[in-house]
Amino acid sequence: MLTCQELTELVTEYAEGRMGPWRRIEFWMHLGMCKHCRAYVSQLRATVRAVGALPPEPVPPEVKDELLERLRHMRPAR
Amino acid sequence: MSDPPPSAAGPDGSEAELLRRLRARDEAAFAQVIDRHHGSLLRFALGFVRSRAVAEEVVQETWLAVLDGLGSFEGRSSFKTWLFRILANRAKTRGAREQRSVPFSAFADPAEPDAPAVDPSRFRPDGGWAAPPERWDADTPERRLQTREALRCLEEALESLAPAQRTVLTLRDIEGLDSAEVCNILEITETNQRVLLHRARSRLRAALEAHLAAGGSPC
Repeated sequence: MLTCQELTELVTEYAEGRMGPWRRIEFWMHLGMCKHCRAYVSQLRATVRAVGALPPEPVPPEVKDELLERLRHMRPAR
Repeated sequence: MSDPPPSAAGPDGSEAELLRRLRARDEAAFAQVIDRHHGSLLRFALGFVRSRAVAEEVVQETWLAVLDGLGSFEGRSSFKTWLFRILANRAKTRGAREQRSVPFSAFADPAEPDAPAVDPSRFRPDGGWAAPPERWDADTPERRLQTREALRCLEEALESLAPAQRTVLTLRDIEGLDSAEVCNILEITETNQRVLLHRARSRLRAALEAHLAAGGSPC
C-alpha cells in the first residue's frame, strides 16, 4: 500500500503518464481514500497553473528597439 | 491579474501564419514574439552562463540567428522548440568557453537527487500526513495565488531553483513544451527531465504553501 509520503514523490511520474498500470491503480486508490493527498495534488496543479499564468518579464525597450532596428535592415526571408 | 499576453500567431492562432508574418519581416509579429519569449529565453540562458550580461548577449544573438534562419526553418519541430534549440546551442557554446564551474552536465545528473518533495517532518513514521496540506481551492480561493505578493513569491521561488530545475520548469510550465521537446532541446533523458520537473514543481508548491500559511505576506 502506498503511503502519503511515497505518493508525494510519485505525483510527477503519474502526471507524466510514466506509471505502470498497477502502480497507477494503487495511486488512484490512495487518492480515493485520502483527502490530504487529494489536497496535495490539487495544490500542485494550482501551482503549475499559477506558474503558467506568470506575466512575461518585460523586455527592456532598448533591447527591443535594437532588434527591431536590425529587422528593418533585413530583406524578407525566403 | 492581467490578461495573458496576446498570441504572436495570426488571428487564427496558427503557427504557419506566424511564420509567414515573420518571414515577411512583419515588425508587429516580431515584437510580439520578443515580448512573449524574451524573459524565458533569458531565464534559460542563465542556466548556462555566468552572468546576466552574458545571458542577455546570448539571447540577442539568438534573436538575430532566428531572423537569419527563418528562411531555412522547415517546420519539422514547432517554432518554439526551434527557438530554444538555437538558444541552447549558443548558450552551451558560450558556457563551455567561459568554463563555467557548473557545467551543462549538471542536467544529466540532477542536483540534490534525494531532496524530498515535502519536508519529511510533515509525515508520521508510517508515512501518513502528520501536518497535512490545506485545500487551496476550498478554504483558500485560488485567486489568492494571483495576488501581486503571491506572484512575487512564485517568481522569487523560481529564481532560487537550481539552474537545471528552473530551465526545465520554464520550458514545461511557462512555455508549455512537452517532455519530448524539452529532452530534445536539453539533450537529457526523459527520466532526468521528470526528476528535475518534479523537484522544481515541489519546491514552488512548498513556497506558495509557506506564503499562504503566513497570511499572504511577502516571502
